[in-house]
Amino acid sequence: MSSVPRIVITGIGLTAPNGNALPEFRHSLLTGKSGVQAYSTRYMGAVLAGVCNFDELRYQKKKELRRGTRAGSIAIYCSNEALKDSGIAWDKTDRSRVGVYIGVTEHGNVETENEIAAIKEYNYDTKFWSHHHNPRTVANNPAGEVTLNMRIVGPHYTIGAACAAGNLGFIQGLQMLRLGEVDLAFAGGVSESIHTFGIFASFKSQGALATHDDPTKASRPFDRDRNGIVVSEGGCVYTLERLDDAQKRGAKIYGEIVGYACNSDASDFVLPNPERQMQCMGAALKKAGLAPDDIDIINTHATATKLGDIQECIAIRGLFGACKSTYINNTKSFIGHAMGAAGALELTGNLPAFQDGIVHPTINVDNLDPDCALPNLVLNEPKRIDNVRYILNNSSGMLGINSAVIVKRFEA
Amino acid sequence: MTHDQIRQAILDIIADIAPDEDISNVKGDVRLREQLDLDSMDFLDIVMELRKRYNVEVPEADYMQLASLDSSVAYLEPKMKGK
Repeated sequence: MSSVPRIVITGIGLTAPNGNALPEFRHSLLTGKSGVQAYSTRYMGAVLAGVCNFDELRYQKKKELRRGTRAGSIAIYCSNEALKDSGIAWDKTDRSRVGVYIGVTEHGNVETENEIAAIKEYNYDTKFWSHHHNPRTVANNPAGEVTLNMRIVGPHYTIGAACAAGNLGFIQGLQMLRLGEVDLAFAGGVSESIHTFGIFASFKSQGALATHDDPTKASRPFDRDRNGIVVSEGGCVYTLERLDDAQKRGAKIYGEIVGYACNSDASDFVLPNPERQMQCMGAALKKAGLAPDDIDIINTHATATKLGDIQECIAIRGLFGACKSTYINNTKSFIGHAMGAAGALELTGNLPAFQDGIVHPTINVDNLDPDCALPNLVLNEPKRIDNVRYILNNSSGMLGINSAVIVKRFEA
Repeated sequence: MTHDQIRQAILDIIADIAPDEDISNVKGDVRLREQLDLDSMDFLDIVMELRKRYNVEVPEADYMQLASLDSSVAYLEPKMKGK
């Protein structure tokens, strides 16, 4: 590993349903502030969702907003915020050596549904179908919008990876830096999923759409009475750099990505496979040269479906069950399931623990499901553990895609 | 629609598709692209909005007629006078 460049996080931009920058997001996670609210979607009416409220016009003109997509807008906001946070001298940056790697769960559903609704008003006459449809729905759209907005001329593409996409965005950025393909990577994940009724309707048909009288209590992973997923939008993008480059310019370093892995269940379209998840997290540990005991915080993927949560708990228990000082939490209990942004936001909300030594809790656990009673699960209140050196984020998704990313507190 | 109404209709469309632009001083005889930040996709939006709002078709061969405000009004007048 010594010859492989070390990759560090030097800037963070995010929008979550409960915060539009890391300090605000972290504060919400430490004070139990949910971002889930009542929401209305086409054809279905009242549902619950995690809705972001960032300043869209901070980095975009009104025309860009009108022409582009919500996912593009989120990616632009997060990327610009990450750049600003990084302190990189943008005017002096060779933008042909900058790459944009954005994870998405899905893309194009929102825009296609909108067009179908629009031409319905014209008796489905397709001459009213917008010429903006194709540029809005190409799979690279959110990453491409970032390059247009920031005048980046290096590579860009999205990584379609279901709900593991946030992690996969980071992994792709890291790999391209290690290969020397780029010198700076904007990497992460985004979600515009709340703007498509289809995702709500499909989860409902699957019996996996959360309901609750109090929206803030609807997302409740590990609780006995959990009843499904709260769909959310959001985004999180890092500036990733090789350590040498970051140190040369005196960058602030949030952490170092020391381990990662991705594998496939090859067993079911939707039901996660604990054995494969365990293998994935194990592979990430191996890549980092770590033992399970070394991990201080595991951020779980649990989405609050009956079976999915249990499957992940089986995987975590299998690998970390004997660990005395590995603490476990969940971010979806606050913000719902931010799909393509989920892994990225969830990992990021934990990074301040390197400084403050606090594990944010998983909230809304009134009655812990015995099948989810992992050791050291941090329930409802934050827990101070002081020394945090390694954080592992576990994210998985449909078609059996698993991912794990391990970040180490930066030590030169 | 009168000449002035057609002119206003075009300006209303431009205001919607180019919301960052100040259209209060658009010169009628100067090409729109020389005064405003408009590209080919924006002109397609003008064509689409004319179709949606006024049921007016602008064939591709005639797109050049929309180059300036004056030329647009002159071109659209016969198509929109009965609207």
